[in-house]
Amino acid sequence: MSKRVYITGYGIICAIGNNRSETLESLLASRPGIGEITLFKSLHQGKIPVAEVKQTNTGLLTMTGHSVNANFTRTALLGMVAAKEAIESAGIAKVEDARTGLISATTVGGMDRTENFFVEYLENNAKGRLRNVVNHDCADSTERIADFLGIRDFVSTISTACSSSANAMMLGAQMIKAGMIDRMVVGGTDSLTRFTVNGFNTLMILDRGGCKPFDENRAGLTIGEGAAYLVLESEEMVAKAGKQPLWELMGYGNANDAYHQTASSPEGTGASLAMQAALDMSGIDPAQIGYINVHGTGTQNNDLSEGVAIEKIFGNSVPPFSSTKAFTGHTLGAAGAIEAVISLLSMGNDTIFPNLNWTTPMKELSIRPVTQLRKGPVNSVLSNSFGFGGNNSTIILKKVFNK
Amino acid sequence: MGEFCYINGLGLVSAQKTLDNSQFLTEIVPTGPEFFRCQEPNYKEYVAGDMVRRMSRIIKMGISASKICLNDAGFRLPDNGYELPDAIITGTGLGCLEDTEKFLTNLIRNHEELLTPTSFIQSTHNTVSGQIALLLKCHAYNFTYCHRGFSFESALLDAIIRIRNGESRTVLTGGMDELTTNAFRITQRLGHWKKDPAGMTNLYSDKKRGSVAGEGAGFFLLSGEKTENSFAVFNDMTTLYKPTGDADIRQKMSEFLNKNGLDFSRIDLFVMGLNGDPGGDASYRAMIASLPSNANIAVFKHLSGEFHTSGIFALWLSSMVLRHATVPEAVRFSGDFDRPVNNILICNNYRNIEHTFTLVGSV
Repeated sequence: MSKRVYITGYGIICAIGNNRSETLESLLASRPGIGEITLFKSLHQGKIPVAEVKQTNTGLLTMTGHSVNANFTRTALLGMVAAKEAIESAGIAKVEDARTGLISATTVGGMDRTENFFVEYLENNAKGRLRNVVNHDCADSTERIADFLGIRDFVSTISTACSSSANAMMLGAQMIKAGMIDRMVVGGTDSLTRFTVNGFNTLMILDRGGCKPFDENRAGLTIGEGAAYLVLESEEMVAKAGKQPLWELMGYGNANDAYHQTASSPEGTGASLAMQAALDMSGIDPAQIGYINVHGTGTQNNDLSEGVAIEKIFGNSVPPFSSTKAFTGHTLGAAGAIEAVISLLSMGNDTIFPNLNWTTPMKELSIRPVTQLRKGPVNSVLSNSFGFGGNNSTIILKKVFNK
Repeated sequence: MGEFCYINGLGLVSAQKTLDNSQFLTEIVPTGPEFFRCQEPNYKEYVAGDMVRRMSRIIKMGISASKICLNDAGFRLPDNGYELPDAIITGTGLGCLEDTEKFLTNLIRNHEELLTPTSFIQSTHNTVSGQIALLLKCHAYNFTYCHRGFSFESALLDAIIRIRNGESRTVLTGGMDELTTNAFRITQRLGHWKKDPAGMTNLYSDKKRGSVAGEGAGFFLLSGEKTENSFAVFNDMTTLYKPTGDADIRQKMSEFLNKNGLDFSRIDLFVMGLNGDPGGDASYRAMIASLPSNANIAVFKHLSGEFHTSGIFALWLSSMVLRHATVPEAVRFSGDFDRPVNNILICNNYRNIEHTFTLVGSV
């Protein structure tokens, strides 16, 4: 049984970079990844901005060494790129040399292909190419990624809306602590789809000028896409390999807001419970948290609810905080893992990345986000991820080794 | 740290008459002309009137099953004083298909214009667990797994970890999948189902390719504490992804039993997920042939149909065998069924990719 859960590697692909170093470079340069829809034809092109990964499906197939005709969804391909980088950065040459699993999160699954299949299928139920729908379900991307990496000992998929990949980290940590697995690749992947762009548009929560988290004049979120994975390992694995771990997953908590299917409670009940549970597990004094990577979608509702919860939990000693969604967009099921990787980059470079597009403080809150790149020691990070169904998750990461 | 994980309540909406746990498969409902559809409850007994109209079948089936389960466990529901589970954990292979298809169809037909949010909001995979939390006003840990034949079993795994390490005392654990006409047509084109299942005499001796599609929603109240309602012990479970062959399946199964201090001879009842597809069933046929000749084998997919979370039917069946101390005629496949049942091993798989083993015992 491992009391501690270490993070020994990580990988990412998102709107601001196809890997770790490109992502870091964009963050340091305060260069956002938001632009126009180019991946598919849509009525909303030129009107609603999105945060696309700057790589076509053909490019992703090439990056992963597949033939350009291989039958993978964009969701699976994004996941493969990020998970491969995670495994490599953890220095794992052979996944078979220890019990290794994959817990991946996704909300859209293979919808990027299903929505094309359905056009022909609706005309005639005997039509529509089946190869475009066989990868529809959430598990498809997980199994494709596992097969690509040679992972066999455990696979599962979590889909709890926008908190999904934070929850994947939790199950991974719990299984390592219970001695069920030696190391777990955890994270999430979601591609941009017409389904989600239109879905969030019907809720009238897409900011036509790009998201402005925690700003008084925020008008909604910006949908993004991407994938990120972390490699979690037990104390025994780290000791056996003689690795010097850089990070530790100190705490996590999940709670349900139980207020509304999509809206957050004005008093931030679920958010507070999740943050408190993670802090309690971590044993870290709230005032000692170095940085909060907030969920900060840029919707009126989320930022108010989350802000109120942060003020409630941290009182007069709210740590510096920012939402990085104005860089990456809201990557839905991948957001928790993408922001966990950004949190590791923050600690690794002792830098707090800015909350872009912010000009006016919210009148209900006394706290303000960090809006300029800030250098200085960052030893621990609390990261929030909240989703539909009142699903609220918090993780706390800590630096255990100074470079 | 709880040593045992008790099953204290059951609620199952299935193709059979399973809403009343005092009845145990006394009357069998045959398959429909194309697939098994659930015997649905009168939803108004479980869901408020205005919500009944808005909600898709999977949400109503899930909520009903969860309420039947909590009532069965002797929980007082919010209308007569609170008693809440410490976690709600669900699994679903395909989630809210009806709402997903509805939003997608409108999106395509209306060319991205004039869309309304309801079906999008309800299309999220964790809608059922979120709605249950909302109805119960339950702020506890709330997870949803969506991994084909591991969906429900991942929920069980999470539940047993939480109960064993003391993080949760009681966990409301469930699985659900709804079959829609579109999902059936598409998977039929993929060759998953037998044509004319209603004309078939016996699912397991039928030589045609494929199985019979089904659906269902089931909940189980798992607890670290033994109560007067405890009628079974959920001992352990494990998953096996893409076995390399029959030997691999048998080896994993035997390792799993050994880990729990058991061997094949100590299993009083094997509940096996044979689904009538001659190719797919070959592994289980080989496994059955290798077991002692007096081994008692029960089957269930001729009653539930095949779906990603069919494990809910298997766990309900196993729990009911222990509760009623009988193995109904309708599920007997082979064996003499003479011995009392204390240890049950559930072996299930979905299309031979996700294999699961679940061990249930008497209290």
